[in-house]
Amino acid sequence: MRYSQKGMATTPNNSAAAQEVSQQGFVYLPLIAGWLVPGAGHFLLRKWGRGSLLAASVLGMFVTGLVLQGKLYSGAHDILDILGLAGDLGNGLLYVVSRVFGLGADLVQVTTADWGTRFIVVAGLLNVIAAVDAHNLRTGRKS
Amino acid sequence: MTHFAAVLLFALFASVVFGITQRETPRQMIRYGIYCFVLFVGSAIALSWVMFFIAR
Repeated sequence: MRYSQKGMATTPNNSAAAQEVSQQGFVYLPLIAGWLVPGAGHFLLRKWGRGSLLAASVLGMFVTGLVLQGKLYSGAHDILDILGLAGDLGNGLLYVVSRVFGLGADLVQVTTADWGTRFIVVAGLLNVIAAVDAHNLRTGRKS
Repeated sequence: MTHFAAVLLFALFASVVFGITQRETPRQMIRYGIYCFVLFVGSAIALSWVMFFIAR
């Protein structure tokens, strides 16, 4: 039957084979990598442009929050603190490194620090969205 | 940093992420990103005027 394939379009077969190869390995790796390091999930999938833009956006928002003396949530004393901490944890290693080096303010004393706190939380939420997008690309739900 | 500059930065970063993650093709991404940016900034300006008149 092999001779009958001569002259037939081979692109679909090649793309299917390439897709099959890309489907090998740990499915959740782009999701976890994208959560830990902004844009890393897309880099793993060779989406360099999208990954760079996502990394720049999340990093830019996080750094802007720190520059504005935003607060990094460290404990869960009430429901708002729990929500803030959940958002901050979305930043992955950015949050851990910032906590280790003591970045961010302990207390919000000026208005801009309040904005900075929101910037940091939203950076984490945006990073989670980006990581889920990388997972969707990995599973083929999105192209 | 002024409040408006913070709004612009917030809208820019959020719009880039929304555009890339919520649409399939690059053209659609750019269009949706611009759409989100305009909505972010426009709604901030509109709500600011609303609050201005409420405070009077």
